Amino acid sequence: MATTDQDLTTATSMEDRHTPLGLSEEDLKRMYYTMVLARSLDERMWILNRQGKVAFVISGQGQEGAQVGSAYALRPDKDFFLPYYRDLTVALTAGMTARDLMLALFAKAEDPASGGRQMPGHYGHRAHNVVSGSSPIATQIPHAVGIAMAAQIKGEDTVAAVYFGEAATSKGDFHEGLNFAGVLKAPVVFICENNRYAISVPEKKQMSVQNVADRALGYGFPGVITDGNDVLDVYKAAKTAVDRARAGEGPTLIECKTYRIVPHSSDDDESRYRQKVEVEEWKQKGPIERMRQYLRGQGILTEDLEKNIQARVMEEVNDATEYADKAPYPEPDTLTKHVFAERS
Amino acid sequence: MPTKTYREALNEALREEMHRDPDVFIIGQDVGKFEGAYRVTQGLLAEFGPRRVKDAPISETAITGAGVGAAMLGLRPVVEFMTINFTLVAIDQIVNNAAKIRYMFGGQVSVPMVIRTPGGGGQQLTAQHSQNLEHWYAHVPGLKVVAPSMPADAKGLLKSAIRDNDPVFFLENLALYNTKGDVPDGDYAIPFGKADIKREGTDISLIAHSRSVTLALQAAARLQEDGVSAEVVDIRSLRPLDTETIVASVQKTNRAMTIEEGWPTFGVGSEIVALLMDQAFDYLDAPVKRVGGKEVPMPYAKPLERAAMPSVDDIVNCAREVLA
Repeated sequence: MATTDQDLTTATSMEDRHTPLGLSEEDLKRMYYTMVLARSLDERMWILNRQGKVAFVISGQGQEGAQVGSAYALRPDKDFFLPYYRDLTVALTAGMTARDLMLALFAKAEDPASGGRQMPGHYGHRAHNVVSGSSPIATQIPHAVGIAMAAQIKGEDTVAAVYFGEAATSKGDFHEGLNFAGVLKAPVVFICENNRYAISVPEKKQMSVQNVADRALGYGFPGVITDGNDVLDVYKAAKTAVDRARAGEGPTLIECKTYRIVPHSSDDDESRYRQKVEVEEWKQKGPIERMRQYLRGQGILTEDLEKNIQARVMEEVNDATEYADKAPYPEPDTLTKHVFAERS
Repeated sequence: MPTKTYREALNEALREEMHRDPDVFIIGQDVGKFEGAYRVTQGLLAEFGPRRVKDAPISETAITGAGVGAAMLGLRPVVEFMTINFTLVAIDQIVNNAAKIRYMFGGQVSVPMVIRTPGGGGQQLTAQHSQNLEHWYAHVPGLKVVAPSMPADAKGLLKSAIRDNDPVFFLENLALYNTKGDVPDGDYAIPFGKADIKREGTDISLIAHSRSVTLALQAAARLQEDGVSAEVVDIRSLRPLDTETIVASVQKTNRAMTIEEGWPTFGVGSEIVALLMDQAFDYLDAPVKRVGGKEVPMPYAKPLERAAMPSVDDIVNCAREVLA
């Protein structure tokens, strides 16, 4: 609990750290691919916004490691994912496709989240148990507790993982949700991506504790600090927390210390609150670069494979963009559909 | 037909629905061992156990939010709030979340949750325990709002609320819990969007919901002494609103007034007046008038409180103006 930023490993050692965690080379390749795909999709979304093709982008570049490392510890289509609006990599790990995400960005009729009704970045997919969130932050936290409580009531072994930034921990929903989850011993994992800024407000002005994880002490369950840019460190903590939740031992709060290297949203001007040099520094120690070094050190990622990954990712991003761009918008006469349940 | 209190009718609806459907569960503050702040959940913990009757911390946001989450997973939570005034602490979860999830999910996810809570004044509970805010929720597409005035309606509407696949705001009233009425035996559900003529008449329509219906009935009895035949329309369901029954009543009586316990400004009566302008204008022989609470925060002292709430006298006097 006393860990500070300085203690977090920044060097990549050459020892095999994945096998002891039960992760195969294939797992690592899949995680890496998902991160690279997420980053490319994210970058493309910004370009589309600047071209005037899509109205709004909110993204999480720099946070891919915390996202894939944690989401990979859950069972897709069985467990529940409650992402926040930076969790593109969580959405992909849970089973959503590049096309799904682009269709939502373009707000097309075929958008599997909402048929063009929900804001981009508010990831949702019924079949993959990805639960769409709301724009006021932290409101998904009580929902996750409710889903976990429902699993308890039904006697199912489902685990809910809920994501949020450090700023969300200043909200009442966070406190009420975590307190209630502690009381219920609910099968839920709280995953905080501490990206250092709430739009413009730095973490030091957000909280007087050093770590978000310290807050868990008040709720009677463990708070764990991870290096959010180290996929394996996050996975290890998440796996432990998910196993614990599934075994009926209650919640865990995991803090992933990371950094958002893009502005808050397409409507943000980050030069008003942080220096370019700070952002550049964090880009150098980003999660994708870190994993690339590890995979190269392990001999898993060859130059050929890397080229192959880049090519596949580009193909996927291009396909998704083209597909979503061409797809039809929802018809205005469907406007009032889904306000209430259809009469059966 | 057996006579029961409003409280007993609600309790019966909860018990029967919990027997009928294992997905129904209750969550709220003091709903378990304490059996509800107003004893509506009496005996339910003993009968169904703590898995389905859940006492929660004083966390309105978490309770409502957890209800939303459990409802998304297919359960049917009945969330109890001690008073409508405290729903304001959780209004984001109700308005921004429960009401919008179906739409924001393109219709793939339902939130079959009921929020039960009493409104109303008259108990010397002052400004933060005596409000009538149901029309705030009726304003929001995605929420259904019902407000029964009689025990039989309370039971039948609560059953429909629990079976509904959308979030339902179910308004009770502090002063109604001990009121008695005939309640049919056995299983019955009253569909939403159906107003009810509580008393037939030909000269004026008194249009009201929740406890105001009982005041309107008393006023109608008084008016009868003057030879005025007043019809009392119980709105019952604010959203969906039964425009047909309300308009038909006014087409018959040609005069109308609305009664509500809440402040008239931007209130339920305002909505009804707009409806009548739109659909019954040619049938009206006089301007429609509204009676409601005085536009002040509810005071504590009994004479002040009494003065702040609409009375039978207010209704009778207003009706005479409309009839003049």
